[in-house]
Amino acid sequence: MKNKADVVIIGGGISGVSIAYNLAKMGVKDIVLIERDYLTSGATGRCGAGVRQQWGTKANCMLAKKSVEFFENAQEILEYDGDIEFKQEGYLIVGTTEEEAEQFRKNVALQQSLDIPARMLTKEEAKAIVPHLNTDVVHTATYCPTDGHLNPFTMTDAYYKAAKRHGVEVYTYTEVQDIIVKNDTVEAVVTNKGTIETPVVVNAAGGWAKEIGTMAGVDIPVFSRNHQILVTEPIEKIQGPMVISFSHNIYCQQTPHGAFIMGRGDKDATIGHDTHSTWQFLDRMAKTVTTLLPPVGDLRVIRQWGGLYNMSPDSQPIIGGTDAVKGFYMACGFSGHGFMLAPMTGLLLSELITGKTPSMPMDDLTLSRFDGKTIETKETSVV
Amino acid sequence: MKPENVIICRCSDVTLKELFDLFEDGYETFEELKRIKRVGMGPCQANTCGKMVQWEISKYFNIPLEEALFHNIRPLTMGVKLKAIGVQADEE
Repeated sequence: MKNKADVVIIGGGISGVSIAYNLAKMGVKDIVLIERDYLTSGATGRCGAGVRQQWGTKANCMLAKKSVEFFENAQEILEYDGDIEFKQEGYLIVGTTEEEAEQFRKNVALQQSLDIPARMLTKEEAKAIVPHLNTDVVHTATYCPTDGHLNPFTMTDAYYKAAKRHGVEVYTYTEVQDIIVKNDTVEAVVTNKGTIETPVVVNAAGGWAKEIGTMAGVDIPVFSRNHQILVTEPIEKIQGPMVISFSHNIYCQQTPHGAFIMGRGDKDATIGHDTHSTWQFLDRMAKTVTTLLPPVGDLRVIRQWGGLYNMSPDSQPIIGGTDAVKGFYMACGFSGHGFMLAPMTGLLLSELITGKTPSMPMDDLTLSRFDGKTIETKETSVV
Repeated sequence: MKPENVIICRCSDVTLKELFDLFEDGYETFEELKRIKRVGMGPCQANTCGKMVQWEISKYFNIPLEEALFHNIRPLTMGVKLKAIGVQADEE
């Protein structure tokens, strides 16, 4: 193991490998990425594999749109020999009340102002796109055709291989135990396999971002909560878009492999690092999906699992450094959407670390936005 | 026999050569292999290839077979129709 580096990235999920790749591409040498378990072992490998641009805040919309532009060309840019399985067949968001429709109209207006091709649909138009949708429980919908599916494992593998070609060193099964800070400046990262001196540490630890912050003496206002997903047997293609609903509490898509993957949130889930799955989730999920998408009820569930949402106070990510500790950077608090935003996470953090002007305004993404202020902009389009 | 001609996982059509390539890329465990190549994730759920994958990991990295861990098995243990679960949930 190296004992010196220019940058140490903590976390081998999609954010970590994207940051590593972007930094290396900008010419930073001696980049080390440390992962406690294996790549994608945290939230990335447990996510719903969706990519959407239909958000309710300007920052999330911009992050998502620019990330989709990258995903469209990622296979070529990263010279990947596998298949990232980026399938753009849209997200269909369905609502149940006039009140929700009103929120949809506001969201779509924001999205359209940022050149995201989303639009309002009647429930009949929604049914034309997803014929097995039960319109009895749908009031209205929004649709963006360029949203879609992306394989979390191969996308991470693509970034990982490209980063390695650019000289990044990746240490899996290596656990960070402490971060040495002297005179409010990062000095080293202590792991169970040795200590690495470094002036820059990046916290991309997902569900454990708060704990990594504590090691550096930085209080990050995030918490982690269990979120569950199940997958069915694969069948022939019957559904193009991801169908999601905030009021029904579900997202459900058919992957290119043929399996249906679906998840829902549980606001009563214990806060912490529990990634178990429960029969209560299975019950509620089965009821919800058979109500909203009845024919899916004929599919057999083969597996279910849990993962962690790392929630921030406004459900928007924290991307950037902090005045409190020089050299300490964060990419956390994605609130369940870090996978789909990773290209911009990597680009923006690399720009900040190398002293370049960021590609988009960062005001809504800084840690300091929470400093004793009331939250004005909050992302509510979260399942 | 050439590694590219040896099928390890019949469900997901993965050859021994593909396993070797993953090892070369830095992937060391069953958990990692299954995520990228779907080894053991098909209809047989690793009942056919599981032992062989463990054996190949053990040989390649020169570790005892018992340290080449089997992958994590998650519920359900068999496929159950969603509507059967949904109806049952209604009755509770």
